[in-house]
Amino acid sequence: MILAVEKKDFQSLFDALSSENYQIIGPAVDNSAMIYDEISGVDGLPVGYTDEQDGGKYRLVKSDREAYFDYVVGQHTWKRYLYPPDKKLFDLKLKGNGFEVIDNKHEIPKRAFIGMRACEIEAIRVQDMILLDGPYKDADYEKCRRNIFIVAVNCARPGGTCFCTSMGTGPKAKNGFDLAITEVFEDNDHYFLIESGTKSGENIMKNVKGREAGEKQIQAAERIMKEAEGRMGRKLETEGIKELLYRNFENPRWDEVANRCLSCGNCTLVCPTCFCVNIKDISGLEGDSAQRLRKWDSCFTLAHSYIYGGSVRTSAKSRYRQWLTHKLASWIDQFGMSGCVGCGRCITWCPVGIDITEEARAIRESERKGKVSASNEE
Amino acid sequence: MAVGINDDPMMPRQFKIQRLKRDTVDTFSMELKPVSDPKEFNFLPGQFNMLYVFGVGEVPISISGDPTKPEKLVHTTRAVGNVTNAMDNLKKGQTIGVRGPLGTSWPVEKAEGNDIILVAGGIGLAPLRPVMYYLLAHRESYGKVVLLYGTRTPGDILFQKELENWRSRLDLEIHITVDRGTGSWRGNVGVVTNLIARAPFDHLNCTAMVCGPEIMMRFSALGLQKRGVDGKDIYVSMERNMKCGIGLCGHCQIGNIFVCKDGPVFRYSDIREIFTRREF
Repeated sequence: MILAVEKKDFQSLFDALSSENYQIIGPAVDNSAMIYDEISGVDGLPVGYTDEQDGGKYRLVKSDREAYFDYVVGQHTWKRYLYPPDKKLFDLKLKGNGFEVIDNKHEIPKRAFIGMRACEIEAIRVQDMILLDGPYKDADYEKCRRNIFIVAVNCARPGGTCFCTSMGTGPKAKNGFDLAITEVFEDNDHYFLIESGTKSGENIMKNVKGREAGEKQIQAAERIMKEAEGRMGRKLETEGIKELLYRNFENPRWDEVANRCLSCGNCTLVCPTCFCVNIKDISGLEGDSAQRLRKWDSCFTLAHSYIYGGSVRTSAKSRYRQWLTHKLASWIDQFGMSGCVGCGRCITWCPVGIDITEEARAIRESERKGKVSASNEE
Repeated sequence: MAVGINDDPMMPRQFKIQRLKRDTVDTFSMELKPVSDPKEFNFLPGQFNMLYVFGVGEVPISISGDPTKPEKLVHTTRAVGNVTNAMDNLKKGQTIGVRGPLGTSWPVEKAEGNDIILVAGGIGLAPLRPVMYYLLAHRESYGKVVLLYGTRTPGDILFQKELENWRSRLDLEIHITVDRGTGSWRGNVGVVTNLIARAPFDHLNCTAMVCGPEIMMRFSALGLQKRGVDGKDIYVSMERNMKCGIGLCGHCQIGNIFVCKDGPVFRYSDIREIFTRREF
C-alpha cells in the first residue's frame, strides 16, 4: 500500500521513528550548505531551499516553493555514519614485556537515515560489497550497517551535476529502502506518498498519519519522477567504458586534466563509494598507551602509494588516472559494479571544477577522432 | 585460520620474540612464538603477516621461516622505515603484534614433478626461503632445484650459513652474484638476470618463482622467457603500500588487483602489464 500523507501530518513519521528509539539523521543546514546531522523533526529540514550545483559551485538558495526536499546531495555522505572519517579501532596498553589490546567497542545507536537518495542507496550497496562481502569484513561497518532504517526520498528536482540516470541508479529508489517518499507539489496540493520496502518499514508506516493514496495521486508522483529523469545536469556514456579506459592508460588527456587537478582529494572525501582508509597509531605521552585509528585516506596523496624507495604514483596525472580508472573501470572487475553512482559530488566539490563526465567523454572523443592510435597493450 | 582476534581481523595477536639474529648490517630475523593459543602458526610459503610494533604502527612482512615447522614463526626484515627501525630496536622477550597469515602463496604443490628455479634479489630471498624449506622437505617430488640469488655487495648476502649448506648438497644448484664485488669476493659479479642464461633447467617442465625489486623481476621474467619458459610458469611476488592486508584499505591496488588479497604472489602472465606501465 502507498500512503498519502498531508504536509501537516508529516511530523508523524519522525514521531513514529522516535518512538521506536531511532536516532534520526537527516538533511540540515550548516554554513550555508546542506549537511547530514541529527534532527528532531520536520523543523530541522531545510524547507523551502534548493541548491544550485555546477563544476566547483554549490549554493543553497531559497526555492520558489515551500518544498521539504527540493535540494539534492551536499558534501556529506552517509558513509560518515557507517564508516566514519575518524574512528578509534581499539586502545592498547603496555603490560609487562608486552601489551594488552583493549576491545572497547561501544554500542552503536539504532539510526534512521531520512532523505537518502537513490544514488546514495546504491552507494551503500557498493560499500557493502567491499566492506562486508569480501573475504574479510569490517566489523565496525557491519554493526553500523545492520542498525539503520532507511527513509529514501525520490529526487523530484535533480541537480546540476547529477547523472544517476546514466549510471542506472536513480532518480527513483527502486529497492534497498525501508520507506521511500515522493514529495508531490501540484496545483495547490502538497503531500507525500510513502511506500514501504521492508517489514520494518511497514511497521513504522502503521504509525504514520495518512490515507491510502488514490490513483490520481500515484499518477502525479509517477509523472514527477518521469520528468526528473530528463532533468539531469550531466550525462555519462557507460557503454564499454571499462575497455575504453583500459585501452587509454596512455592518453594526452591525462596530462591535460593533471594541469588543472590540485591533488587535494576533495573528490575522494565527498565520494559516497570511496573507501580508502589509513590505519595509524597515536601513542600516549607517557609511552605506555596507544590508540589504533582508522582515518579516511585518498589516492590523491603521495603517501597513499608509498613503499620503500618512493611513491608509486608520483605525478598528479597518475593519481587522477588511478582515481577515474578505478571508479569507472577496474571497480567493475573487482566488485562486479561501477564505483560511480552518478551523484555528481566530485564535480561540485572540486575546487577547480574538474568533471568526471567531461573527462570520460574527452577520452572517448579522442578515440573517435582517432587521435590516439597506439594501443597500450603489449 | 583466524587472522586477528575476537572475530576482528584488525586486532593483532601477540607474539613473543624468542630469538633475534642479525643477518646483515640492516637486516634481522625474529623467531616468534604466540603468547596464547593456538601455539602453532601454520602458513603457506609466500604468505605474509602484518607485524605491529606497539605505539609505532604496522607493516606487511613476508614469512621467511619453515612452513613444515609451524611451532616457530620467523620473519626477516630490513630496517628501512619507522616501523621496521622500531622493530629492529626490540629485544628478546618483548612482544610484537601479528595479523595473518595473509595473501596467496608460491605454487609449490602445483609445481610437483617440475624443475624449480628460484630467482631472488636482495631481501627478496626472505619470501622464497620457505619454498626452499618446503622443497627440501619434499625433495623427491621435484626435478632440479636451482636458486639464483643477487645482492648489492657480498655483505648483503642473507642466510650465509644456510646458503653454504645448500651449496654443498648435490641435489641443489645455488648461484650467487653481487653488483659490486667488494672485499675478498671471488664469485660472480653482475645482475642476477645474467645467471638465468646458463642455469640448468628443463624450460618445458619448470616452475620459476621470482622475488625482488620490480625491475629485477621484470628482467628475470624476460630472461626466463628467452630461455623458453612460458609466462604462465613464472610467478612473482609484488609489493605495495598496505594498511590492512585484508582488502579493505585500498592502498595496494594496481589496476584491478589488490596485492594483499589477490597476491602478493601472482602468475607473471596475468599481471605482465604492471611491469611496463609507469606509475600504474
